[in-house]
Amino acid sequence: MTLRNGVKGSTDPLRVQGSALALLSFWCRFAENKGAVLGLAFLCVILFLALAAGIVAPHSPIEQYRSAFLTPPVWQQGGSWNFVLGTDDVGRDLLSRLIHGARLSLLIGLSVVALSLSCGTVLGLTAAFAGGVVDGLIMRLMDVLLVFPSLLLAIVIVAILGPGLFNAMLAVAIVMLPGYTRLSRASALGELARDYVTATRCAGAGHLYLMFNTVLPNCLAPLIVQASLGFSGAILDAASLGFLGLGAQPPTPEWGTMLAGALQYYQRAWWVLTFPGLAVLFTVLAFNLFGDGLRDALDPKLRR
Amino acid sequence: MPLLEVRNLCIAFATARGCFRAVDGVDITLEAGEVLCIVGESGSGKSVSMLAAMGLIGWPGRVSAEAMRFAGTDLLSLSSRQRRQLVGKDMAMVFQEPMSSLNPCYPVGWQIAEALRTHHAVPRARVRDRVVELLEQVGIPAPATRLGAFPHQLSGGMNQRVMIAMAISCSPALLIADEPTTALDVTIQKQILDLLVALQRQRGMGLVLITHDMGVVAETAHRVQVMYAGQMVEEQPTAALFAAPRHPYTAALLDALPERAIGRARLPTIPGVVPGIDDRPQGCLFNPRCRYADDRCRTEPPALAGAPGWRARCHYPLAVGP
Amino acid sequence: MLRFLLRRLGLIVPTFVGVTLLSFLLIHLVPGDPIEVRVGEHGIAPARLAALRHTFGLDQPLWKQFLDYEAGVVTGGLGVSVVTRQPVWDEFATLFPATLELSLSAITLALLVGLPLGIVAAVKRGSVFDTGLMGVSVTGASMPIFWWGLMMILVFSVTLGWTPVSGRIGDMYDVPPWTGFMLIDSWFSDDEGAFSSAVSHLILPAIVLGTQPLAVVARMTRSAMLEVLGEDYIRTARAKGLSGGRVVVVHGLRNALIPVVTVVGLQVGALLGGAILTETIFSWPGVGHWLVESIQRRDYPVLQGGTLLVASLVILVNLAVDMLYGVLNPRICR
Repeated sequence: MTLRNGVKGSTDPLRVQGSALALLSFWCRFAENKGAVLGLAFLCVILFLALAAGIVAPHSPIEQYRSAFLTPPVWQQGGSWNFVLGTDDVGRDLLSRLIHGARLSLLIGLSVVALSLSCGTVLGLTAAFAGGVVDGLIMRLMDVLLVFPSLLLAIVIVAILGPGLFNAMLAVAIVMLPGYTRLSRASALGELARDYVTATRCAGAGHLYLMFNTVLPNCLAPLIVQASLGFSGAILDAASLGFLGLGAQPPTPEWGTMLAGALQYYQRAWWVLTFPGLAVLFTVLAFNLFGDGLRDALDPKLRR
Repeated sequence: MPLLEVRNLCIAFATARGCFRAVDGVDITLEAGEVLCIVGESGSGKSVSMLAAMGLIGWPGRVSAEAMRFAGTDLLSLSSRQRRQLVGKDMAMVFQEPMSSLNPCYPVGWQIAEALRTHHAVPRARVRDRVVELLEQVGIPAPATRLGAFPHQLSGGMNQRVMIAMAISCSPALLIADEPTTALDVTIQKQILDLLVALQRQRGMGLVLITHDMGVVAETAHRVQVMYAGQMVEEQPTAALFAAPRHPYTAALLDALPERAIGRARLPTIPGVVPGIDDRPQGCLFNPRCRYADDRCRTEPPALAGAPGWRARCHYPLAVGP
Repeated sequence: MLRFLLRRLGLIVPTFVGVTLLSFLLIHLVPGDPIEVRVGEHGIAPARLAALRHTFGLDQPLWKQFLDYEAGVVTGGLGVSVVTRQPVWDEFATLFPATLELSLSAITLALLVGLPLGIVAAVKRGSVFDTGLMGVSVTGASMPIFWWGLMMILVFSVTLGWTPVSGRIGDMYDVPPWTGFMLIDSWFSDDEGAFSSAVSHLILPAIVLGTQPLAVVARMTRSAMLEVLGEDYIRTARAKGLSGGRVVVVHGLRNALIPVVTVVGLQVGALLGGAILTETIFSWPGVGHWLVESIQRRDYPVLQGGTLLVASLVILVNLAVDMLYGVLNPRICR
């Protein structure tokens, strides 16, 4: 803290708004965007379902009810309240699988974004601080990664590592790396040119302190927005890999994998196809709406 | 019949915090061949009033007026198609920022030609020659070689000349110049003003010159209107206005001219700022900054009043002579 | 313009070398070597393994292999599929027109529909149309397209029976592949109805693949138009007495296209990624389908070569977009 006192004269934008008032005004700006609030509400529901999956789900996601293959949803002829959204070809309750799938999807989103964001930020900050050859090397590597269509790159990585949920998450994290690296490098370069950084440096701060305590907090806003939008990309890509048989393996109740499993008989049983897809769509949509709202609220420059 | 006649013009903008009146009760009259200067600080509504006359106020602005006539044509009752046939042809406008007022994607020659083609001012085959002619008239050297130039390749002064060429391309009866020199270097300002005045004389156009430069007013105007916070506060012929301002605001503006402050220790200024959206004072809008203001000024908004030759929006117009 | 082009070309050389290095390393990152992986549990005689390794050059040191590979890439040799024994390049060249036809149809659809929608939304900003379109657009951008494709099949092919489920053209037509573009080939073929069959096969995949770009284009056009419509030169254009349509299209859209083109260019990667899914769902015989199959068959030369070719394609498209950007924006290079 002594160091911070030493540079009191220079403004440190993020610290200034640390008050409750700033939080309130942020919420008011966020709440202006109805879509974003809707997205947030949906995410809260999903989060609750994911956390309480064991209690909320009526059945186990992998238990097969031999007497109830391909039961339609409750409102259709032949449906039953026991299986509200129907069952799949081996008699597993669709609703329970979807609820457990929410847990997986959020977990995928969280781990992918956490991994990709942390590595990307460190790489980006290193590039911005080191400059020269290191900067060139890192950024050229990112250029190369960006040239591959993201899904193709993920497919190739999974092909190398072997199919599976963990490898799929790793692949998606690698695919998303360039975005965070470029973003954090660009905003760090912008901040580095400002006076408060010079002031902190003059006060004797070391490189690491400068990187993580001075510059990083002020680069956070765009990174947070990118991360919240990254959730949707991660969930979508992981589901795509699952659909191609390269992600989570059956009987894991992952939404994309469930769709892949439904391929053989979806023409007879529309519900096995419709509900997992809607789950992916709504979750991704919610993250996108939330991310858009966050961007509008965090970045006054982009506002109307 | 006046060339341009606007009575009781009001322009309101719907903003997030309700309705804001940018212009309130402005009258403008201009005879053919006359030069009228509209002066006032930034945000006083000078530009907006003239944009309204051109029909260029779009959503979220709303324009209303008792009368708005151009050469006897009632502008308020025209359809937008009929209005477009007037705008750009018989009444044209030059804007403040030449660099951003020209489309960066098209060559300047094309942009002038577009105005000619739109109003069928000359036969198709003659368009190119006419553009060269116009560029020559506004003093662009080697005009034929500049036809293909893009705005970013020309200087601000050159671009303003292009804007003027575009405005006069269809020989308008009325030219409105909205602070045409503000964005330019001082050395270029004089050239552009001289060009405008010369063109006005040659062609006998009516010219409305919006400015906040009193020096420009003294040199060019026949008549002056002073605007303050969206209202017209004074109107007089130029010589009379400089000799005997009636409104305290005009008097203060003139006192703030460096030329008039020779021999004084400090240049006089007007204390305070122009009221914004939220801080409109009661009564006369100028009263917080006026040194003559009394209780009547603070409660009762003054009406536009005066004698033949001058009008002022003041309860206590200044007397002639010191 | 030439200097601009040369500078851009200079920038893509290191990227291209990086791409080849990455795609080269890919095959060597696979645990075990490609031959053993390919043979799998069947086992193989050591002598035969050695011979195969020699055939594919796998007994050379790594750096030598890379140089050989690089030389091969430059001369167009991308190795041979271990499954079909066909050169990778030949297989790619046969399949690529199908992918190109699908992608071009999708992007054309996205532009034809997305641009006008974005313009109208910007002009009528804040209206019900604008709000509705933006809602639909964010939904489109969030769409899991593998599911979207299956739903379209379920509705239009299975339930309504309007369009076929898979392939590029009906079985009864035998269209010689002159250009590789089924629409063109079938148009000139003698078979009555071949063209309409090709169209009905193409329409659903094109819509599915075009959905995300369409959403992005509409959104981007709207925001670019909103920005441009506030510019001073738009006021100048209106002061000339131009009609509203001419102001919006000639003066507004022309400027708004600059950022839109950039965004469409960035979509190419996503488009090719989407093509992988779309082709898998519709059994569309293109590059994406081929790549997914190569994984299932553990055909690593195909995966390697195909990935390299697709990445090169993206580099080329990015270059083309940069050129187009230069043409659209007079401030860049003239």
